[in-house]
Amino acid sequence: MTTQTVKFRIYRYDPDKDAKPYMQDISVEVDPSTERKLLDALVKLKVVDESLSFRRSCREGVCGSDAMNINGKNGLACITDLASLKQPIEVRPLPGLPVVRDLIVDMTQFFKQYHSIKPYVINNSPAPDRERLQSQEDRKELDGLYECILCACCSTSCPSFWWNPDKFVGPAGLLAAYRFIADTRDEATSERLDDLEDPYRLFRCHSIMNCVDVCPKELNPTKAIGKIKDLMVKRIS
Amino acid sequence: MKMSSIPVRKFDAIIVGAGGAGLRAALQLSEAGMKTAVLSKVFPTRSHTVAAQGGVSASLGNSEPDHWHWHMYDTVKGSDWLGDQDAIEFMCREAPNVVIELEHFGMPFDRNSDGTIYQRPFGGHMSNFGEKPVRRACAAADRTGHAMLHALYQRNVRANTQFFVEWMALDLIRDSEGNVQGVVAMEMETSEIVIFQAKATLFATGGAGRIFASSTNAFINTGDGLGMAARAGIPLEDMEFWQFHPTGVAGAGVLITEGVRGEGGILRNANGERFMERYAPNAKDLASRDVVSRAMVTEINEGRGCGPNKDHVLLDITHLDPEVIMSKLPGIREISIKFAGVDPIKAPIPVVPTCHYQMGGIPTNYRGEVVVEDQVVKGFYAAGECACASVHGANRLGTNSLLDLLVFGKSSGNSMIDFIKGQPKDLPELVMNDVERSVARVARLDNQTQGANVNEARTAMQRTMQAHCGVFRFNDMLQEGVKKILEVEVMVKNTVIADKSKTFNTARLEALELENLIEVAKATMISAEARKESRGAHVRDDAADTAENPNGRDDQNWLKHTLWHREGNRLTYKPVNLKPLSVETIALKTRSY
Ligand SMILES: Cc1cc2nc3c(=O)[nH]c(=O)nc-3n(C[C@H](O)[C@H](O)[C@H](O)COP(=O)(O)OP(=O)(O)OC[C@H]3O[C@@H](n4cnc5c(N)ncnc54)[C@H](O)[C@@H]3O)c2cc1C
Ligand code: SF4
Ligand code: SF4
Ligand code: FES
Repeated sequence: MTTQTVKFRIYRYDPDKDAKPYMQDISVEVDPSTERKLLDALVKLKVVDESLSFRRSCREGVCGSDAMNINGKNGLACITDLASLKQPIEVRPLPGLPVVRDLIVDMTQFFKQYHSIKPYVINNSPAPDRERLQSQEDRKELDGLYECILCACCSTSCPSFWWNPDKFVGPAGLLAAYRFIADTRDEATSERLDDLEDPYRLFRCHSIMNCVDVCPKELNPTKAIGKIKDLMVKRIS
Repeated sequence: MKMSSIPVRKFDAIIVGAGGAGLRAALQLSEAGMKTAVLSKVFPTRSHTVAAQGGVSASLGNSEPDHWHWHMYDTVKGSDWLGDQDAIEFMCREAPNVVIELEHFGMPFDRNSDGTIYQRPFGGHMSNFGEKPVRRACAAADRTGHAMLHALYQRNVRANTQFFVEWMALDLIRDSEGNVQGVVAMEMETSEIVIFQAKATLFATGGAGRIFASSTNAFINTGDGLGMAARAGIPLEDMEFWQFHPTGVAGAGVLITEGVRGEGGILRNANGERFMERYAPNAKDLASRDVVSRAMVTEINEGRGCGPNKDHVLLDITHLDPEVIMSKLPGIREISIKFAGVDPIKAPIPVVPTCHYQMGGIPTNYRGEVVVEDQVVKGFYAAGECACASVHGANRLGTNSLLDLLVFGKSSGNSMIDFIKGQPKDLPELVMNDVERSVARVARLDNQTQGANVNEARTAMQRTMQAHCGVFRFNDMLQEGVKKILEVEVMVKNTVIADKSKTFNTARLEALELENLIEVAKATMISAEARKESRGAHVRDDAADTAENPNGRDDQNWLKHTLWHREGNRLTYKPVNLKPLSVETIALKTRSY
């Protein structure tokens, strides 16, 4: 087995023992034939220094646990190729959220915004015995929306969310809002639009597009936000 | 630590686990107005149900005729007759209801042109009692688990379910009569230990695929529910039966769903031959998983593997319309490009059988009640992959697990509601023995200054399981495996961590998880060594195919469930329930596809 050295500069902070955060220079040997992703290298690093703390679970880009800031850009460690990264690889926690420890951030604010848009189908008509029918075209409207994994890469790269995390829903939450607006089975479009018609909740988005740039699932929150804005305009006219 | 200083939080019901099973149960309880706490090691939508790809089975008959009785037949046959037929009937009959309900909850299923739920063919799904493949797997592209988990979480948000996110349950609490009183749990961010007391406790902690070196399972699938149950004296059922999924990406372990073969994918060996035609002339690439995995390993062992090391076979979909791949298998294409470095539109995907699913678990009936020696353990329930109802027997049919989560999540929720309603309003006094044992486990890790490294012990366990208890099993290897795994256990009891921080200490969490994994590994190896036949996913070379025992299955001696007891590594057995609820027994038969 030929190994390869990977050099890191990692953000470290354990409130139990560190007065303040610092950057740690550290390197690790990986086997490039099997350990190809950034997460593989971090797991290896944790064998060397078990105090390094980060979240991870599925290791295939579907659970949304291991979002972090990698060489200045938000992404998922488990689907980021080591070979694509300039070394030393600078790894930091997602920006804009309070750091709990090392790469682990407190996501409360992010989920609060997601919950605020009532993320569930609202349909108060009596349910039929069978499935509610939906045409293939109508179902297609949900593609590019329902696949969100709530990783927070987008919202934590959005300047508007950094400044107003308590008031601006943020790209992930707005993408979810549109997911339900676009669902033909949902009957609450007008309440959803009322709720978002607010100088902060929706209109803090200035179409800077950072969110689109970083989404690891290649979703497009800006487009969804645009569609919500269109619906609001249509509703007035 | 003073026991009296440990905070106690009281509920009607506690659910440990927020995957598909836990969330489905939670919904039942929350909507019935029960005060319910759901604990999870991760934010609910990060549970491993999110990774399920192919579909959830139900005989909706949206594209062609189907019937729950045919589904039941396939499940019994798939289980190699080890599944309990009452539970299987219950599950297959309930399937259309729970899937329709899920649609009403907002699940974004794919659709047929008439607007009904889209269904695709899957391994072992046949019409008319094994005649020909049928479209039974209800799917949302190849992201069915993701769509389902999010829909269930969303519905729980609507129902105001109370979640304790990033809380790890450490141990089960039982009183002197064995009744369950709740769990001891640790808040991961602060390391605070709290007692959760309730009238009814459900385990929905998922699988333990991480006992093997190569697995489709997530890092968090460490069998915590099984470890906790075993430490509390509950035996584990049928732990020798592990499903090796035919198509894990070679080298990476990431899963490629059977739905790929459902959509027309073909397995080929180094000669380009569609070898499944030889092993399963009828169902071919869509034979049951154990059958396909063994065929693949046989091809590789006989020198017809692909690649420089001849160590894998190829999954070919290059003949499919790229449009179909893009619309029905987008996630697979993404995985293949990211983890195998090939675009399946242009080149076949290298695959090998990979540990995937645990058929065994905490013994329950179809109401989700935990049952030990014919007695219900009062206040204790289990559902999902950590439970053994037993609907999967010796081999699970694809898409029957997501179904299991919905059906038994719901039924255990209902059982809990009934039980809670019959209990006195006030909770009984807590018995602290189990709490003390749990606190001592954490204290040991905090105080230990020398000992075994957690990563080394875990690696030793995973290598032992992989080498001694894989797709094909051998008597001498199993015997040696038992010895080795007991040696690893000694290491696990003596692990040391240097990190003693109170803040989100993942080193400590991993050490605690390893204490659960090792219970599962012991149960598996010891149960496998003892079962001297081949059945479903458990195949040994000394139980060969004979006229008397076709495929090596020995119904005379081994048509029974294994129960592994942690105390003394004792094994007992109990009969398989061959009696369905309303229909005739599906009679024993040799299994062929
Ligand atoms: C890659 C992959 C693809 C699959 N595809 C399919 C498919 O197409 N169809 C199908 O039917 N099946 C499929 N399966 C199987 C199926 O997905 C799983 O069996 C099922 O999702 C398990 O669900 P669960 O609710 O039992 O557990 P999980 O979803 O694993 O959830 C377990 C929960 O328990 C929590 N937990 C665990 N331990 C603790 C603890 N100590 N304290 C607190 N919380 C804890 C976790 O945080 C999590 O919330 C697939 C499996 C894999 C791995
Ligand atoms: S487009 Fe809107 S939501 Fe996206 S980053 Fe810019 S301001 Fe934020
Ligand atoms: S939209 Fe993309 S980046 Fe944002 S949370 Fe969802 S998956 Fe993550
Ligand atoms: S570990 Fe699940 S998304 Fe990376």
